[in-house]
Amino acid sequence: MKTSFFKRAIFFVIPLAILLIFTLFPFVWTFLTSIKPQKELFTSTLHYLPLQPTLGNYVELFSHMKFVHNLANSLLVAIVTSICSLAVSLLAAYAFSRYNFPGKFAVMISFLLINMFPSVLLLIPLYSIMRQIGLLYTPWALIIAYSTFTIPFSVWLLTGYLNDLPISLEEAAMVDGCNRRQGFIRILLPLTVPGIIATGIYIFITAWNEFVFAVMFTNEGNRTLPVALQSFIGEFDIQWGLLSAGGIVTTLPILLMFMFVQKKLVEGLTAGAVKG
Amino acid sequence: MMKNNKLTPYLLIAPAVILMLLIVAYPIARSMSMSFLKYVLYRPFDIQFVGLVNYFQVFKDPVFKQSFLNTLYWVGFGVFFQLIFGLVLAMLLNQDFKGRGLVRSLVLIPWVTPGILIGLMWTWMYDGNYGVINDVLHKLNIIKDYIPWLARSNTSLGSVIVTIIWQGIPFFAIMILASLQTIPRELYEAAEVDGARPWQSFVHVTFPMIKQTVFVTSLLRIIWVANSVDVIYIMTNGGPGYSSLTLSVYTFVKARAALDFGYASTLSICLTLMLSLVLVVYLRTLSKQEARLR
Repeated sequence: MKTSFFKRAIFFVIPLAILLIFTLFPFVWTFLTSIKPQKELFTSTLHYLPLQPTLGNYVELFSHMKFVHNLANSLLVAIVTSICSLAVSLLAAYAFSRYNFPGKFAVMISFLLINMFPSVLLLIPLYSIMRQIGLLYTPWALIIAYSTFTIPFSVWLLTGYLNDLPISLEEAAMVDGCNRRQGFIRILLPLTVPGIIATGIYIFITAWNEFVFAVMFTNEGNRTLPVALQSFIGEFDIQWGLLSAGGIVTTLPILLMFMFVQKKLVEGLTAGAVKG
Repeated sequence: MMKNNKLTPYLLIAPAVILMLLIVAYPIARSMSMSFLKYVLYRPFDIQFVGLVNYFQVFKDPVFKQSFLNTLYWVGFGVFFQLIFGLVLAMLLNQDFKGRGLVRSLVLIPWVTPGILIGLMWTWMYDGNYGVINDVLHKLNIIKDYIPWLARSNTSLGSVIVTIIWQGIPFFAIMILASLQTIPRELYEAAEVDGARPWQSFVHVTFPMIKQTVFVTSLLRIIWVANSVDVIYIMTNGGPGYSSLTLSVYTFVKARAALDFGYASTLSICLTLMLSLVLVVYLRTLSKQEARLR
């Protein structure tokens, strides 16, 4: 018994603990930084736990109207991107999952490839196109730019979820007198809802986190949170407390959403990306 | 599959395909044509066709050379250690223990954390005077003096690589875990009956079963890591000097700070061409899989 206890400690508990600490420490540290008063951040000996924990950084953050405005912008862009991408992708995913047609494989593969282009490749041409058509510095510039990778990705995910549902479901409905559209809307769609939610939340997260397009395509008035965080660096001479609080506020909603759909999302991802 | 009106599937995919043609294919074509131009945004009256001049410049550009080498290190070390630690993590998470579900969701978090926050968190931890990494290493007697990790040209690239490793471990872990769970238990039991040691059963049972996933995930990750801009841009902006500049960051900086759209387009096309080698391998693997499934 004793040897197996040691064995389990060495081969399982210790490595797992190390990897967990490595993974979680940066977040814990950011959180601790966010509740420290400014003077505790720059001391000659480092205090790991705050001596006088404070919510001051959070209060200050939300008293900047700009930050609230950035939050609203991020929400707007992420929500509209999710809805638009889902609508377009769901139609295509239904076709890929339920029909065989010439050119299907080629189109699917090109959708897969689009996800792999460097975003900097699209950055420059999209910037000049947006400028020409007058969308630069509007939320639409970001929504369109994000669709370049959210649509192909969600087509793949949704096709995977739809493939999991047997076609006999709709066939049975058609025998009962449904037509194709009714079969889709009444039978298939409700069953796909968990997959649609997972995909939607993943798009939301991606759009919420995106930085490269956001930094090029926004100005003072309509920044999203990641760009706002970066711009803090110059504006306040790196106030780490405030920045950390901003980071926590930016990430917390994402983490909660992710925890909520984690299982479904991972299923879809592993099914879609690995098995092809 | 159902037989129906032959046009229906095309109508269904039309919105997605048309959108992709407009917002992906057309911009890529524009990018290609811009790479043949001398095109600096703030000199709008000095735009000219220069043919391959930008491409020749790439070969003469010492910054390109360095950022190319940095990209190789960034991708090579970054992805390799993500894979190793991800594999270990997946094997650990494949065991039965209390609270496994919670641990699984916790370790996935870095994967959905915004790159900007990752960059900021690690910049603060690496800080030369007040950073926790220096404090820990100093207390453990590993270093004598505090090191400004991101501000030194011989440590900056290594430091950002550690950060990207941290970010990528969860992705490998979930992909490998998913494929570990498809291995039937009987295979291990059989191996044990045959007297296989744990290491041997890893080599002969586990690895052959997850090989494919490891390969495909690595290819995906190589492409994503090579394309990643935000983490390095936030942490070092490619510096000091060009010591941590990768090709994607170089392109971004050229486009954003220098507004040199002609040369930046050329750089992005060079990056795409290099990555397309990886893509070819990826596609071949996928089509082989496809063939086997049929």
